[in-house]
Amino acid sequence: MSAIALDGVSKVYRRYGYQRRFATLKSALLTGSLVRHLRPDESFRALDDVSLTVAAGATCGVIGRNGSGKSTLLKLVAGITRPTRGQVRVAGRVSALIELGAGFHPEISGRENVFINGVMLGLSRREIDRRFDEIVEFAELEDFIDAPVKTYSSGMYMRLGFAVAVHVDPEVLLVDEVLAVGDEGFSLKCLDKFAEFKRRGKTILLVTHALPMVERFCDEAVWLDGGRKRLTGDPRRVVQMYLADVEQAEDVHLAAEDAKAQQSPAVSGAAPPPAAASAATAPPDTAAPPDTTAPPDAAGPPDAAGPPHAEERPRGAEAVEAAPPVVPAPSAEEGPADSDTPASPSSASAAAEAAEEASPDATAPDAAGEQPPADMFKAREGRWGSGAVRIERVTLEGRRGAAHVFQSGEPMTIRMHVVAEQPVADFAFGVSIFSSEGVCCYGTNTHLEELEPTRLDGDGEVAFVVDRLDLVAGTYKLDVAVHKRDGFSYDYHRLLYTFRVKSGTRDVGIYRPRHAWRFSGNIRFDRPR
Amino acid sequence: MLANLIRLFRYRGLVRILVARELKARYRGSVLGFFWSFVNPLLLLLVYSFVFTSIIPRGDLAGLEPYAVFLFCGLLPWTWFSSSLNESANILIVNGNLIKKVVFPVEILPVVAVASNLCHFVLGLPILFGFLVWYGLPLRPAELIWFPAVVAVQLCLTLGLAMFLAALTVHFRDVKDLLANALVLWFFATPILYEMSSLTEGGRALMNLNPFAHLAVSYQQILFHGEPFGHGPWLGALAAAGGGLFLLGYWFFDRLRDSFAEEV
Repeated sequence: MSAIALDGVSKVYRRYGYQRRFATLKSALLTGSLVRHLRPDESFRALDDVSLTVAAGATCGVIGRNGSGKSTLLKLVAGITRPTRGQVRVAGRVSALIELGAGFHPEISGRENVFINGVMLGLSRREIDRRFDEIVEFAELEDFIDAPVKTYSSGMYMRLGFAVAVHVDPEVLLVDEVLAVGDEGFSLKCLDKFAEFKRRGKTILLVTHALPMVERFCDEAVWLDGGRKRLTGDPRRVVQMYLADVEQAEDVHLAAEDAKAQQSPAVSGAAPPPAAASAATAPPDTAAPPDTTAPPDAAGPPDAAGPPHAEERPRGAEAVEAAPPVVPAPSAEEGPADSDTPASPSSASAAAEAAEEASPDATAPDAAGEQPPADMFKAREGRWGSGAVRIERVTLEGRRGAAHVFQSGEPMTIRMHVVAEQPVADFAFGVSIFSSEGVCCYGTNTHLEELEPTRLDGDGEVAFVVDRLDLVAGTYKLDVAVHKRDGFSYDYHRLLYTFRVKSGTRDVGIYRPRHAWRFSGNIRFDRPR
Repeated sequence: MLANLIRLFRYRGLVRILVARELKARYRGSVLGFFWSFVNPLLLLLVYSFVFTSIIPRGDLAGLEPYAVFLFCGLLPWTWFSSSLNESANILIVNGNLIKKVVFPVEILPVVAVASNLCHFVLGLPILFGFLVWYGLPLRPAELIWFPAVVAVQLCLTLGLAMFLAALTVHFRDVKDLLANALVLWFFATPILYEMSSLTEGGRALMNLNPFAHLAVSYQQILFHGEPFGHGPWLGALAAAGGGLFLLGYWFFDRLRDSFAEEV
């Protein structure tokens, strides 16, 4: 026998314009239906033809993204709203844990509120009397039960609400994401209570984002997507399909962001220009004087090579260019390493130092000083460079082609499509990976790895191949660049690309070395679940 | 609708407990606490009798001595009536969270508003009777048996209007503000400050259309005037109308019920 049965249920929320309101009311009265014969100004289909049965005594988990109609489903089952189409049948007393303590009056005591809430949820006074002590004990509020509810902390409030709701002794319990109540101990008690409900053969409908809960507690799961039932069945399978779908959606989302970043370099670079504009030509000059070690290297090239290109190319003309000598040069030079290891590879170090020295001076005179020098992690994302060589396209590839979400330990390839308008002989390609906190996980370039450039003409493709992406789960950003060996940027893409690493393990940090645990002696572990 | 009415009756326990909560919560934290139920009408009475005997003294008060008592006979029921309606008009919106989250018969809310104001009315009665005794007006049991009947008619009328207004306000928030002003007008258009018999022939005919006029006149005849209660037929008609109005108000509320959880 089914305890909950939904049959072709749709729910449409409507909003009416003010002119129509009179018509709405009139026809509502005349025809007895508020929703028929009306053309709403906007309507939103929260549920679309959903059929569902939950057997008596079963626990069913409802999962899905935000806005997929989970809560609407729960409200329909609870009887708070009616379906626009279709039928909802529920057998037995329903208790809905939709919002705990809804209906508590702040001015009166917890004791009185328990009674009122209980009566409201369908208990008689006598039933409440009988269960009162149990409720208070469950809520752990013995000492405060006679204080007005307004003096309660939010945790106490929720606990009391939860305690009343579960003591209503429903045949059907509806739960909407309310298990995050109170401290660890109380959460456990809540779970125990659920287990008890299950044991006693009650029907539970659970709406949650806590997927492990669904896998552990539920007999079946329903996945709602955009108001429609996407999948139903064994919780593990449903959860896994759902997770795969979420991953895919993330991928699409990240790809869209990347596309945006790639298409509008001027836009992403547009943020700094106003400040940098005045300094557009200045940095080389300001950078030159303090630079004692290697002036021609650090300051000279930008001066000589930059402007001509900048004039030819509109993008180059963007004042964005002001930035390169200040911030990106060091990173292009030796990746992000420069900020924590100033003592870096020989030939590069001179330029790096120059840049480091140059930057404080450069920031002081020009107004672009909002970016602390040498602290490249605070640098904004963007794109700059002379444009003599351009990175036209960057794609990330996993095992199965283009991807933005990778499993930890998977291979990853960063592919750059580069174009040089005129032949260049001095160039280097670089890549750095940053964590979302801005910590550089790794940075390198061809120059550091002692690859001597000879010639680049027309277009070509650069692939940076990682055999194993041994990073822990998280979101990472990517710098890619093509620049002269001394750091002068042709095209620098700063934090423009995002990828995510997933992992079944909840380990922490950044880097996950390949490892194994071995035990000897009297150390025993259970097999992992 | 009938099934819902029966359900409402089954939920009377909740009405009782909510009314008790309302009364308790209202004066919680004030120094006088429950005494405000007595003090409020008293203060209101003081204001009106001061205004109409000292500031704008009226010439036609002959036969309405003591004026304060006459005033009180109409003012106390009116206060019940007007604050019930004002509260009901707002009550679904104020309790929107509850309506959206808990399953219970929503019509309980306007009923609670009317009932808790009825309690204030009843608490004001000792003061009214105290005044009557103080001024040496006779309490005539033969007439007083009509008193509960008048209260019952008023209850029906108020409930019907309260349901109607509560449901309407959910869709037209303007009602709340309109109502407050309409009630002021209604107050002055009702023989509470003056006597119905002091009106012209035409004025009386018009006044007959005002349901609360008949209630006020009934209260005045029963409590104030030393004559036998002669408003019976009108009261009977009003009772029928009040019953009809209640059913109509409830029907209206019932029709719109499903929209509440979405609109509040």
